[in-house]
Amino acid sequence: MSNIIDLSLSELVSNIKKKKISSNEVTSAYVERSKKSKNLNSYNEEVFDSALKKAKEFDSKPDFNKKLSGVPIAVKDLFCTKNVKTTASSKILSNFIPSYESTVTQNLWNDGAILLGKLNCDEFAMGSSNETSYFGNVVSPIDKDLVPGGSSGGSASALAAKLTPATIGTDTGGSIRQPASFTGTVGLKPTYGSCSRYGIVAFASSLDQAGPMTRNVKDSALLLEVMSTFDNKDSTSVDFKRPIYSKDLSKDIKGKKIGVPKEYRVDGMSEEIDKLWEDGKNYLKDCGAKIIDVTLPHTKFALPTYYIVAPAEASSNLARYDGVKYGFRTKGDNLIDMYEKTRSEGFGDEVKRRIMIGTYVLSSGYYDAYYLKAQKVRRLIKNDFNNVFQKVDAILTPSTPSSAFKIGDKSNDPVSMYLNDIFTVPVNLAGLPGISIPAGLDKKGYPLGLQIIGKPFEEQNILNIAYSMEDKINFKFNIKDWWMNE
Amino acid sequence: MTIDLKTVKHISKLSRISLDEEKAKKLETDLNSIFKWIEQLNELKTENIEPLNSIAETKLRLRKDEIKSKNIREEILKNSPDGNKDFFVVPKVVE
Repeated sequence: MSNIIDLSLSELVSNIKKKKISSNEVTSAYVERSKKSKNLNSYNEEVFDSALKKAKEFDSKPDFNKKLSGVPIAVKDLFCTKNVKTTASSKILSNFIPSYESTVTQNLWNDGAILLGKLNCDEFAMGSSNETSYFGNVVSPIDKDLVPGGSSGGSASALAAKLTPATIGTDTGGSIRQPASFTGTVGLKPTYGSCSRYGIVAFASSLDQAGPMTRNVKDSALLLEVMSTFDNKDSTSVDFKRPIYSKDLSKDIKGKKIGVPKEYRVDGMSEEIDKLWEDGKNYLKDCGAKIIDVTLPHTKFALPTYYIVAPAEASSNLARYDGVKYGFRTKGDNLIDMYEKTRSEGFGDEVKRRIMIGTYVLSSGYYDAYYLKAQKVRRLIKNDFNNVFQKVDAILTPSTPSSAFKIGDKSNDPVSMYLNDIFTVPVNLAGLPGISIPAGLDKKGYPLGLQIIGKPFEEQNILNIAYSMEDKINFKFNIKDWWMNE
Repeated sequence: MTIDLKTVKHISKLSRISLDEEKAKKLETDLNSIFKWIEQLNELKTENIEPLNSIAETKLRLRKDEIKSKNIREEILKNSPDGNKDFFVVPKVVE
């Protein structure tokens, strides 16, 4: 059998169930490797001792009827974990220990998975490069100068470096799909309402969704199937019949109609991305799908809309961090002074910037001009997708306008950083499912991804399309262990 | 439309985030460049468009008003910054 860390999530589960390897062997392998990988800065909090203890407990009384029996998993530090520090990579939550568990992580543990630790991310998931974290930037295992993407950058880095067999992230404007694309991994953002938001540190409540980040499409289907449940604790959770995604996974996509939106061919897009997209269409044709040109006319307005809606919701969600209930406080002369000093010291620059944008667009006199306007444009963007989905079953686009950039390259110019999410943000605004799969390398040898967007609650369809494309693409990418300490 | 320093300080007050002069000036520059870019939304006519509040567009479910978690005071107060075991304590509000 090959090395434990080279096995996919599905292979691990199957080997543990066949008693070919023990949970302890698997967990020990990941703990050892994670301990030697501090240079990547992908962990905020490690719970290795407790993971090893749970693995031994599993082995002494194994339950092989679970979907993730005895498999260790590290998760983004935006999911609340009971009695384990949860910081959202912010100073203001740096002492916060939740007394409750997020529904999505609880689903993982209920199905036999074991928590390895909490992974670094952009502060409150606000960022596209994992450079806004209070605990420092995360390094991509592909190159020491490279960002892993964001905001689920610690998740992407740990996954690509094989510090965890799979992981989960959250995606508000591309925070699962963009880092997956940057690191040659698979990232899926489910339909809004598919995965419960209960216990996830809130950023923009009408956009946030949790989703799986994995090494291949089959693992993505398996993890989604565990994560996605109807939950009374989330008022926007949708009660629909959830398929058993991994069981129903199929490479038969003959006759599927795939839309290609001309508006996604943006100014200044590199020839490499264009070629990648062309290749993607050809792979789909090889699988028997039909390519159809479609139009999403309001695409260019998606990002400016997002940068009104998301900060507005964030300014409201982050009002709760006032120095009273979440562990961190800066002393002040009076109550208001304490609030202002706590928030000034506790939040980083990007978070403050977004709270200020949000406060401004919601403030008296500007609400109609900005917030209401953005909500109307959001309707137009959603209508664009509705129209296109009358004619096609799914949409194919690049995941990002470029490959991963260097640390520090975009951190001084907020707008150029925001433009990273140009292909992913419209999907969140419309509440649709989208998956990014690795599809090729650019001239520098860095991974590039393709995104498949589906109709609401048709995750099975985009998973199947991704599954057949994965087969044709046959993406091979070996990362050397340059960062490891002995 | 431009955002001047006075507006930045007003927003900081509304946001309950104190700013020193240097940070306020930096934010003035940042916010102006961001809003200049956002202004492109004005190219669109939206008079007759219904605003989209929520993508779910479903009615909120009603539930019974019942207590589900009991005796969690100690757990919750563990995150109180000043370590008081009985209350969340804040600076004096009323003289």
